[in-house]
Amino acid sequence: MKPSVNIKNLHAQYKASLLREKRWVRFCQLLIFIVFFGAWETSSRLEWIDPLIFSSPSKVWNLFLTKITDGTLFSHLSVTVFETVLGFILGTVLGTMLAATLWWSPLLSKILDPYLVILNAMPKVALGPILIVALGPTLTSIIAMGAIISVIITTIVVYTSFREVDPNYLKVLQTFGASRSQMFKEAILPASFPTIISTLKVNVGLSWVGVIVGEFLVSEKGLGYMIIYGFQVFNFNLVMLSLMIIAVFATIMYQLVELLERKLIKNE
Amino acid sequence: MSFLSIKNIHHTYFSEKSATEALDNISLDIEEGEFVSFLGPSGCGKTTLLSIIAGLFPPTSGNIQLDNKPIHGDKDFFIGYMLQQDYLFPWKTIEENITLGLKLLKQDDPESKSKALKLLKDFGLEDIEKQFPKQLSGGMRQRAALARTLAVNPKILLLDEPFSALDYQTKLKLEDLVSETLKVFGKTAVLVTHDIGESIAMSDRIYLFAAKPGRIHKAFPVPGELRSLSPFEARSHPLYSDLFQTIWKELESLETIGEH
Repeated sequence: MKPSVNIKNLHAQYKASLLREKRWVRFCQLLIFIVFFGAWETSSRLEWIDPLIFSSPSKVWNLFLTKITDGTLFSHLSVTVFETVLGFILGTVLGTMLAATLWWSPLLSKILDPYLVILNAMPKVALGPILIVALGPTLTSIIAMGAIISVIITTIVVYTSFREVDPNYLKVLQTFGASRSQMFKEAILPASFPTIISTLKVNVGLSWVGVIVGEFLVSEKGLGYMIIYGFQVFNFNLVMLSLMIIAVFATIMYQLVELLERKLIKNE
Repeated sequence: MSFLSIKNIHHTYFSEKSATEALDNISLDIEEGEFVSFLGPSGCGKTTLLSIIAGLFPPTSGNIQLDNKPIHGDKDFFIGYMLQQDYLFPWKTIEENITLGLKLLKQDDPESKSKALKLLKDFGLEDIEKQFPKQLSGGMRQRAALARTLAVNPKILLLDEPFSALDYQTKLKLEDLVSETLKVFGKTAVLVTHDIGESIAMSDRIYLFAAKPGRIHKAFPVPGELRSLSPFEARSHPLYSDLFQTIWKELESLETIGEH
């Protein structure tokens, strides 16, 4: 037997084993999904768990269909998604700009250091009532919540990554007579893209927290309002439905960030 | 007056705990087209001196003039600086890397750009303009870095151990390439190295530095026979070994002084 044939066979075997593993992973994932919802439905019907509190997939599904046909779900959903996306973008952009300012002025960064630590340690949602009084119980204060929750941690993480850029890259630019803003544009910012992307991933989750808490407090519109309303009238089908939708849309946003990552970091 | 004139340079690094004298009264002159090496043990201030010549920071005292003009604050003054590693920007294509200097100095007209890209071809790097540095080997990357340095047509080339991170064969080949290119363009160059052989093979004059504080211990002119040869050929010339021995002994004597 020729060795080349042998290698071909081995490669085919290797590919087959990869495929087998992939199928097994998919099967297990599907199994967990079915078992979870199946167990939930069954235990709710047989009243092993209180159906009033824990609802059931079929009830949630039916409510989903009603809410879609009367159009209320879409209006709540679009408000929340809009607020979250805007809060997320604002938080990340402002955080990065603040990090750039700190990089620009090392003296300012030394002065502000303890305040950043305090602001980072403080639970930002506690600022909610103040925001609502200051900005009014409107969209603005909810977006502000979504942004404020991620802005300080973004600043700290991105500023750290700015400072860790290899100084030899700056030396190269300096010999070409680069100004500080050129150094930022040509070396500091692009070298930090991987860090910025990973803070984006964290910020997706944080913005949802900020916006949902904001909607709890404002109680006017959105998925957070649906949760708090469902809780007050003891309609837990509504609460569960909102949770499910939040899970789906948070995942979609996360996937979009990963798509951006692949676009932005070409050379990896 | 010489092309590059260095007069009474002192430099001290300050930290909270100490003031370290890195350079003590350095004076030397380099003529146009000359290749000079700074040789010495680590901590002898040779890289500090190179950085000062590059204008990266001013010396504590003393002055440097290039072409009869002070280095600091001269906007038309282009230097080429090469480091131990290539420091090509990994997120830029080779083409973007090569033309970076031109872009920053606002000279990125089509003519200069095509000149810069021609340098790549001269260095045996064809059809890689659109690739990223990661896709190239170490030797190719250092050649691309050389092209980036020469693209801005610098008055003087400063080489900070640019061959030290390469394997031996690549290093020898690159030495020949740099030496030949500098001769063709008639460039003045300063090489910082701790490799005696490299300094003999490449330069016209060698300054041996002593440490603590950094100062010039002795200058060695390289014989004309070696200078006319390429670095690779020079390494097998009998005069090469003679000079190597002389410098080696001098370095040894420096170390024993340091120990007492």
